[in-house]
Amino acid sequence: MATTARKSTRIRETRGDRIFLTFVYAFLGLVVFLIGYPLVYILASSFSSSNAVLSGKVWLWPVHPTLLAYRAVFRYPEIWHSYLNSLIYTVAGTALTVVLTVMMAYPLSRRAFYGRRFFNWALIIAFMFNGGMIPFYLLVRDLGLLNTRLAIIIPSALNVFWVIIARTFFRRTIPEELSDAAQVDGCGDVRFLLSVVLPLSKPIIAVIALLAAVYQWNSYFNALIFLNDPNLYPLQLVLRQVLVQGNVSASAMALSPEQLQLFQAIQTLLKYSVIVVASVPMLLVYPLAQRYFVKGTFIGSLKE
Amino acid sequence: MAMRGTAVMRRAASVRPTARAGASAGRRRRMIGRHWQLYFVIALPMAFLVTFNYWPLIGLQIAFRNYNPIQGMWHSPWVGLSQFRAFIDGPYFWPVLRNTLRISLYSVVIGTPATIILALAINEVKHARFKRLAQMVSYAPYFISTVVVVGIIQIVLSPDSGPLLQMANLFGVHHLPHLMASPSAFPSIYVWSGIWQETGYGAVIYLAALSSVNPELYEAARIDGASRLQRIRHIDLPSITPTIVILLVMSVAGLLNVGFEKAFLLQNPLNNSSSEVISTYVYKTGLLDSNFSFAAAVGLFNSIVGLVLLVIVNFVARFVSDESLF
Repeated sequence: MATTARKSTRIRETRGDRIFLTFVYAFLGLVVFLIGYPLVYILASSFSSSNAVLSGKVWLWPVHPTLLAYRAVFRYPEIWHSYLNSLIYTVAGTALTVVLTVMMAYPLSRRAFYGRRFFNWALIIAFMFNGGMIPFYLLVRDLGLLNTRLAIIIPSALNVFWVIIARTFFRRTIPEELSDAAQVDGCGDVRFLLSVVLPLSKPIIAVIALLAAVYQWNSYFNALIFLNDPNLYPLQLVLRQVLVQGNVSASAMALSPEQLQLFQAIQTLLKYSVIVVASVPMLLVYPLAQRYFVKGTFIGSLKE
Repeated sequence: MAMRGTAVMRRAASVRPTARAGASAGRRRRMIGRHWQLYFVIALPMAFLVTFNYWPLIGLQIAFRNYNPIQGMWHSPWVGLSQFRAFIDGPYFWPVLRNTLRISLYSVVIGTPATIILALAINEVKHARFKRLAQMVSYAPYFISTVVVVGIIQIVLSPDSGPLLQMANLFGVHHLPHLMASPSAFPSIYVWSGIWQETGYGAVIYLAALSSVNPELYEAARIDGASRLQRIRHIDLPSITPTIVILLVMSVAGLLNVGFEKAFLLQNPLNNSSSEVISTYVYKTGLLDSNFSFAAAVGLFNSIVGLVLLVIVNFVARFVSDESLF
């Protein structure tokens, strides 16, 4: 009802515009299908029997539904172990990143901070230049972090771009007058940061935390070059073995003899179920992440 | 003459700030004193910045040395540019450079228009739920890890089963080539999987720019009888041009930075002739073969070319469209 009423007051769409709009909807429908289909297919396959998957009978819905693939994931200790590792890395890395980002961005956002220009330049230069893979590796090696959990958490904790986003946010939301007034009233900068700035900065903290968590959960590069010990591997590195290299060992899964006969099937299906299991945390944060990532992109694209 | 004139003026100008600085030394001390806690707060992140961002820059000196672990980066023998020369004269220089440029030009040429078209299309949709669906679905793959994306690529392209074969079957084609093993398919796989994963994310930036367009412009255009296509052409496109230019400048500057993560995972001995890019080459020579100095030189070569490209493209962009990164 409301739409018809609104339409009548508007200029009517021309025939050409309606055809164009239909075309736009059709195009977006196709885009949604092409992007979404592989994901739906994998989800459906992970619940199907391996024969149905291999013979191409699975389209949008599980065929001969079974939980075999998920039981296989549960029987794969390497996956669970690395899952736990990834949770540790993600939680610790995110916490450290948020703390460091706020600690760096807040002082840089204050005009009363003498030397601000020097520090800001230090930040911009660090943003534009980096030493690349080899000096980074040698540094971590020389710090004695190789093959430790800290190698995953510490070297990538400070992201210059995120500091820039947070700095822009503080500049826009914490007025200089507020921090000056607090100073006059005898409230030091640390107390002001903790009891005034932080409560006002929940949105940016959420943005940084999500960026950091998604980055940490999804990355495998640092683990690839810094870790040798399989006990420390994050999930992505084990996924690489299972998904990309196709290394699924029957012995690693502690299968019973009758399950061993199913090994072929399990090997096929495991690919689908690990993708789903690995993506569950991302799926959980996705609604939040979508909102906050957009916000972060907005803030990041603002000029000073 | 003119030169000397400016030099004199510069000297005259430089006198004043020093004088001011002298006068305000007390003020500076007061400012620092009053806000000493800020320095305390920034100390820890600065330590991280210096260690993990600046120290590797100093570490780049090994590109000019013949690094060995015993003498370390300060005392290994200085060899000047010979590592760079070894790379440029070596057998891998042209193949690796060609592969890198092919992939990144391909993705700029396809990716930029694809992202713009998606953003413009989403922006046209007034049906709120469909709009949200389109954004949510197109944005989702950005959150999937590179490892999983490569796993999905393998599943989709598998010649034995999978979505591509299903689609091909619908059209009566029952045999697919093994695409993952084909050097000629590699650039397309790399680029189009990137389109699949990142177009929705890239569109957000343009949508942000589009959302700030003054609605009165559309109203005025409608009253003047402009069609939707004309409004896109004359209102939407000009309003996102600055964003397009800046993103293009950045992507041209990054032409040699084909990311390690995906290229490395998509690589196999069969497609290596087209999948070896600079970053994977650095990894193999440096970290697998422990040829640190050589690999650092390759990486530095990459950064320097990137910097030169950035300056050139930025200059061209400022000249052509009045938009630039700096």
